[in-house]
Amino acid sequence: MFKSIVRTKWFAVVAAIFILLFILPLFAPRFFVYIFALIYVTSLLAMSLNMVVGYGGMFQFHHAVFYGVGAYAVALMLTKTSLPMWVGFIAGPIAAAITGLIIGWFCVRLTRLYFGMLQISLGSLIWAIVFRWYSFTGGDDGIHGVPMPSMISSLNSSYYFILIILVVCLILMYMIIKSPFGSTLQAIRDNSQRCEAVGINVRRYQLGGIVVATFFAGVAGVLFVVLEKSVFAEMLFWVLSLEIFIMCLLGGWFTFAGPILGAAIIVALRTFVGRYTEYWTLILGVILILVIFFLPEGVMGFFQDLFKPGAKEAVERK
Amino acid sequence: MLQVEGVTKSFDDFMAVNGANLTVNQGEIVAVIGPNGAGKTTLFNLITGALKRDKGRILFKGEDISELPPYEICKKGITRSYQIVNIFPRLTVFENVQVAVLSYQRRSSNLFRPAQSFAVKETRSILESVGLLNKEKNIAGSLSHGDQKILEIAIALGNEPELLILDEPTAGMSPEETQATIDLIKRLATGRGLTILFCEHDMDIVFSIAQSIMVMRHGETIIQGGLEEVRSNKEVQEAYLGGD
Ligand SMILES: Nc1ncnc2c1ncn2[C@@H]1O[C@H](COP(=O)(O)OP(=O)(O)OP(=O)(O)O)[C@@H](O)[C@H]1O
Ligand SMILES: [Mg+2]
Repeated sequence: MFKSIVRTKWFAVVAAIFILLFILPLFAPRFFVYIFALIYVTSLLAMSLNMVVGYGGMFQFHHAVFYGVGAYAVALMLTKTSLPMWVGFIAGPIAAAITGLIIGWFCVRLTRLYFGMLQISLGSLIWAIVFRWYSFTGGDDGIHGVPMPSMISSLNSSYYFILIILVVCLILMYMIIKSPFGSTLQAIRDNSQRCEAVGINVRRYQLGGIVVATFFAGVAGVLFVVLEKSVFAEMLFWVLSLEIFIMCLLGGWFTFAGPILGAAIIVALRTFVGRYTEYWTLILGVILILVIFFLPEGVMGFFQDLFKPGAKEAVERK
Repeated sequence: MLQVEGVTKSFDDFMAVNGANLTVNQGEIVAVIGPNGAGKTTLFNLITGALKRDKGRILFKGEDISELPPYEICKKGITRSYQIVNIFPRLTVFENVQVAVLSYQRRSSNLFRPAQSFAVKETRSILESVGLLNKEKNIAGSLSHGDQKILEIAIALGNEPELLILDEPTAGMSPEETQATIDLIKRLATGRGLTILFCEHDMDIVFSIAQSIMVMRHGETIIQGGLEEVRSNKEVQEAYLGGD
């Protein structure tokens, strides 16, 4: 009874937030609409990372590569081919997932830190190719003025498009996390040795998790192009990978919505604080240290613990 | 059903298992005994594929399984519990067992249906049979040690094994929990018709449930035989039983 009330309350809160976000362009200045759209794109990216790191327990250290690959795939398709535009939009996530499959195939053969190191190396290789191959990718200039279907070319219409795709992706990701596949992935995170002993081919499931997550990173890449109509080599640079890692840490691993919060905080900081000082990364560092010391489960994890009955005692008993 | 023939395993230069032999027949309860460090756990790790043997053969239903990875061996029908609790501490009791049942039902890769709707009946029935159903919603890591050891067995039952291997199932349990676990093992053997291989330090338990006993020392098999045969064996008395 109590539970169902809490659940309907939560649902009402979430629904109210989404309604608010849907009417945002009606009253908010353009700049805010843009920032919110950027937060949605980044949220999706951070949540896709959380699927592998928070739920899968893998050291996915260079997740930005898949975001970049998705973005470049759609940008190149739309500028260099005359295929229908929707083909380009689908090509983004698929290219990202295929890249995830190839890089992941090597990574799952290694454990923990080595997994992460190998991914940084292979990911940096892809970054280097994009960065150097001027004639094809535009090198460090990137690609600008990517044509968009007229339906989503204005800021407001791209805002709605991004928000709708985000909601669809959130629902899909939620379903996946709650599915047998999702619970198997979490079991592998908790105890991979025991999973092998109950008949689970651990590497195959880890690779599956990477492919799913990189697919969503590719969707985020496509949405970035919808918003900016440009792509840059920085999208595949390791600095961004670190940033989204921090978003998940800040928002809280193990929580479904935590990375959204983390993404919102980081994007807002980068935008508003970054305007007044070049040292916003310094501020970020300080905040991060505070979070690690005082909110080890992240902001979202902290609030969840607060509202979970009996959670306090459980912690104390440990 | 299971034949272990001259199996060896060394860690660096140390022979943890040194030419061990073991036969487990269908429907039997077999105990492995031996002092600390005799190589019992290592032997179980070799049978279940967690470790690779250096020499020898391990046959299950006539098939050589010694090169298979653990998940394949599980699918052949061998599961195990661990001496040191080895569960999914962050998941609930229900989810701990469900992971195994889903794997058995080949449903682990289903992406878009809620896990809650799968394998519920099977998981509950296992939890009921081991007496953990009233704690199904608890986080596994917060259970008492005794309950975690029981959960160990419950997870191993999720794959409907033909051969169940239990590594010191009652270690660290209170006398009441120990008695309940002994009853459970007997029930599994008679009720479900499981073949059980276990190791245990408590001789009373061993002699009350085992039908055949294998004695190990320094990684070697001293003898395997029926209760009386083992009890009356000179070497065993000197090496092990006498020391008690
Ligand atoms: N991974 C390992 N690396 C090195 N040595 C090991 C390893 N595993 C076990 N050993 C050694 O092998 C020997 C046999 O260990 P094992 O755990 O199989 O004994 P056991 O019969 O199960 O003992 P116990 O009754 O204490 O559980 C011990 O001396 C142990 O130190
Ligand atoms: Mg042992």
